[in-house]
Amino acid sequence: MFIINCPYCGERDQSEFTAGGEAHIERPKQPTELSDDEWAEFLFMRKNIKGVQFERWNHAHGCRKWFNVVRDTTNDKIHAVYKMGEKPSID
Amino acid sequence: MPNYRVKKTDYVDQTNRISFKFDGKTYFGFKGDTLASALLSNGIHLVGRSFKYHRPRGIMTCGSEEPNAICQINPGTDLTEPNVRATEIELYEGLEASSQNCWPNVNFDIGGINNFISPFIPAGFYYKTFMWPKSFWKNIYEPLIRKSAGLGKSPTLPDPDLYDHKHIHCDILVIGGGISGIIAAKIAAKSGSNTILIDDKNTLGGSTIFQNNENFKINDEISKDWLFKEIEELKKLKNLTIKTRTSVAAYHSYNYLLAKENLTDHLSKNNKTSNIRQRLWKIRSNKVIIASGAIERPLVFNNNDRPGIILASSVNKYLNFYGVICGENNFVFTNNDSAYETALSLFEKGIQIKIIDIRKKTNSKIVKRVEKLGIDIYWNSTVTNTFGYRKLNSIEIMNLSEDGSNVIGKKIKAKCDCLAVSGGWTPMVHMHTQSGGKLNFRESDQVFLPKELDSEHISVGSCNGDFELDDIIKNTNEKVKSLLNLKETEFEKTYVSCTKELDKRNIWLLPNKITLGKTKSFIDFQNDSTAKDIKLALREGFRSIEHVKRYTTTGMATDQGKLSNMHALGIISETAGVKMGTLGTTTFRPPFTPLTFGAIVGRNVGQFFDITRRTSIHEWHIKNNAKFENVGQWKRPWYYPKENENMHQAVQRESKAARDSAGILDASTLGKIDIQGSDASEFLNRVYTNAWSKLAIGKCRYGLMLNEDGMVYDDGVTTRLGDNHFLMTTTTGGAANVLSKLEDYLQTEWPELDVFLTSVTDQYSTVSICGPNSKKILIKLFPSVNFNDDDFTHMSFKNSTINNINCRIMRISFTGELSYEINIEAKYGKSLWEKCIEAGKDFNITPYGTETMHLLRAEKGFIIVGQDTDGTMTPIDLQMDWIVSKKKYDFIGKRSLYRSDTIREDRKQLVGLLTEDPKEILEEGAQIVSNISKKPVEMLGHVTSSYFSPNLNKSIALAVVRNGKKMKGQKLLVPMENKNINVIVSDSIFLDKENKRLNA
Repeated sequence: MFIINCPYCGERDQSEFTAGGEAHIERPKQPTELSDDEWAEFLFMRKNIKGVQFERWNHAHGCRKWFNVVRDTTNDKIHAVYKMGEKPSID
Repeated sequence: MPNYRVKKTDYVDQTNRISFKFDGKTYFGFKGDTLASALLSNGIHLVGRSFKYHRPRGIMTCGSEEPNAICQINPGTDLTEPNVRATEIELYEGLEASSQNCWPNVNFDIGGINNFISPFIPAGFYYKTFMWPKSFWKNIYEPLIRKSAGLGKSPTLPDPDLYDHKHIHCDILVIGGGISGIIAAKIAAKSGSNTILIDDKNTLGGSTIFQNNENFKINDEISKDWLFKEIEELKKLKNLTIKTRTSVAAYHSYNYLLAKENLTDHLSKNNKTSNIRQRLWKIRSNKVIIASGAIERPLVFNNNDRPGIILASSVNKYLNFYGVICGENNFVFTNNDSAYETALSLFEKGIQIKIIDIRKKTNSKIVKRVEKLGIDIYWNSTVTNTFGYRKLNSIEIMNLSEDGSNVIGKKIKAKCDCLAVSGGWTPMVHMHTQSGGKLNFRESDQVFLPKELDSEHISVGSCNGDFELDDIIKNTNEKVKSLLNLKETEFEKTYVSCTKELDKRNIWLLPNKITLGKTKSFIDFQNDSTAKDIKLALREGFRSIEHVKRYTTTGMATDQGKLSNMHALGIISETAGVKMGTLGTTTFRPPFTPLTFGAIVGRNVGQFFDITRRTSIHEWHIKNNAKFENVGQWKRPWYYPKENENMHQAVQRESKAARDSAGILDASTLGKIDIQGSDASEFLNRVYTNAWSKLAIGKCRYGLMLNEDGMVYDDGVTTRLGDNHFLMTTTTGGAANVLSKLEDYLQTEWPELDVFLTSVTDQYSTVSICGPNSKKILIKLFPSVNFNDDDFTHMSFKNSTINNINCRIMRISFTGELSYEINIEAKYGKSLWEKCIEAGKDFNITPYGTETMHLLRAEKGFIIVGQDTDGTMTPIDLQMDWIVSKKKYDFIGKRSLYRSDTIREDRKQLVGLLTEDPKEILEEGAQIVSNISKKPVEMLGHVTSSYFSPNLNKSIALAVVRNGKKMKGQKLLVPMENKNINVIVSDSIFLDKENKRLNA
């Protein structure tokens, strides 16, 4: 049970949030132009990293805002939190 | 009756006598006793039978690691509690307990026969034996195993006690109230930190509080006296909370811990001061100091499990804390110095004591003192066997060879009724590893120690591998000081004089003249796994500790291997020739000690188990005898039986009424999302498969929503209330998910769209009236509204009022009948409903529930998302091509509709099914096949919806069938347990294909 620093509300318990998988996978602007393989790459392929991972989280039981979290999946340490459309402060 | 209470102590009040019952017999103990110490004071050692071999077992420890003395509390009652450790039960007047796992009783147990057939039940016995013949499983093996499995008896009545959950925040949490925990808590609290100190016992002080020995002095005082004063000072500190009888069950990430506090378990019925039995603390602490101590290891030798074989430190505690001796002819059997304290304590009380030490010789201060007192020590020796069935009566001793791998010389047999064993100490690293910490291995005394990498928590005292008193105080002080960034503490100059251990010798499995196969050298006492079992597992090819553990069940009992895991590792390491440090350990999982279900669920029981959502019309439904169905968290009327009607009869009546005259449905539970913004129609274009830009104000449209993978996700009718204002309805169960999915797209993919979403499900009640007479009822209710078909067309809406209350009337239909839905502010829902019932009286208006709604829509072939679809159905599979826009460039899921897999023609497709016998009703979920003789039988699909239609007077069903679109008219089979049902693939619309009834 970790604590997430919602960029809109501040520190809250993990139970207020829902996870939304890998971050920075942009929906293609022109899906019809894509081959099956290219579309499948967007649709299905996720990295599922053991270590530092960029993720989407939603403050579902709070402000309902989506934002990004940089989390180490091995120990749940959160290295950065930033709003949608922003760049992370670390690589 | 013999009395083994030989001494007065500070912790047992011998003026306060308490009577209790064990196995039906009345005994006496004193206030301050545990059930275990009280039994021992009465000379009772045999308290249970072992799990597999039903061997007699006695009390072995004095704490939460107890593997044998697990009892049934209040036996024979409906509220009995199983698997409680006698070493943790505080004695109270009227306590009743019994032994477990034995029949007819603990002294004569039929299951004891397992002990003699044990060569035939080795490790993996169950996996090997019950495999064949296969037909034996259901009727012979399973009932047999179930009968002999498990330990205690479960209660049969609901738990009458209350349990609490409480959140608490602090700067420093100290786990464990032994000497290091007390020092840590004192430093922390005095430095201004808001501190909590937790201990599972009823008194603080750990093992030092009864360390009454000239060899251990702090500031020139006996260690116990020094600590007693420290505790008195500690209790006065303002920013320190002390919680005794509280054990930490789990240590999660970000210093979030769960601890269970016992509030009334130690009190007699009449003295229970609180009606809350246990409280689960949810603690969030800035830093955590773990001072959980260490557990003494037993030694592994032949017949090391007899009642009377007890951990040396426990024998010491029973004497110095409870004033009870465990036997008259005592032997200490050890590989280290700590057990010499036990020997000294017994000697000082004038009790017979001798020592067997596997070490060759050592000259530490305490050993020299023992020798000087004339206590016999058998050096370089081991116990090779023990005797006595229900209680130890003698032991056999032999010398060890130079390398310790064998025994030599003559056997010595000695009278012994209490063997105090000590195989060294295991630091309790559970908390450290649960929090995600890793471990280091220390070769010198074969212990795993916390490897500290971050500053979230530290381990101090013996759980950190400090076993000598001076090290404990010095290192605890240093570590806490650095954690809190302090320059100095009061413990800086604490002067300790103590004995120091000089020599170590560790032999995981002590040698014997008898071959291992013929010995019973127990490793896990509760699950009855022996050294032989571990070796067998290794011979059979198991290497990983995790696999050996599961195959032999070592460490898998309710004590979670607190006494056994290290020995299992040691024997694997020795046998396989792998260093222990590289073997790793099994995973330490919460809870540290078993929790009651009550503590876990707290107040979330009964009506608080889950949220229940009720519509504002709910009371009316109850008054009118509705049976309810759970839909998501909602309670929805399922059907309204009259007098003696069963469900089938009620549904038939309701369905007929809805088609013949008028039916009324509470549709308030459907999800409602208010959509506003200048890009609202563009947004709908992107989320639904059909086009929305041209929908006129005042009109409604049905929409199908897909996932990005092209599969149907939700459906519903959306109404255009204004230029930039829509009201979307979703399925009842999908409402929350749809809103969150739409928010996701809005916030992350299309932030440029000017759209705002608001859930208004709870704000409006919805009453749906359908049937050929529905219009007449609506006219009565809303005389000012023009219901003329040309003016108020199907799929349109009008604003109106009823008694000056605003409402919206939508002409939409989920039944295929002429149908209207009225939305009104939720607080007026019930009065609107009652008005509708009143207005409909002349037309036999009939309330119907979800079952009738499902039947009516099935007659029309309308799908229910989640019943006829399951996340693998595209709109094309559902034969709903008409709703998928060809013109729109993009919408969610569009690209997936022509992936190579989704354009396959032989996908499962939605079809209708008619039974050859029109009276036969198919079972939902039944499999559909074409050829039953060709094995294996190929499954073509399954029935998704099935009803008997009173309006068509025949059975109808919807099903998904592979390549079903092309099978119309074809015969298929639905095989059931005792028959095969012949069915014909049909159109999925069974009634009024021309939609004439919509304008009836």
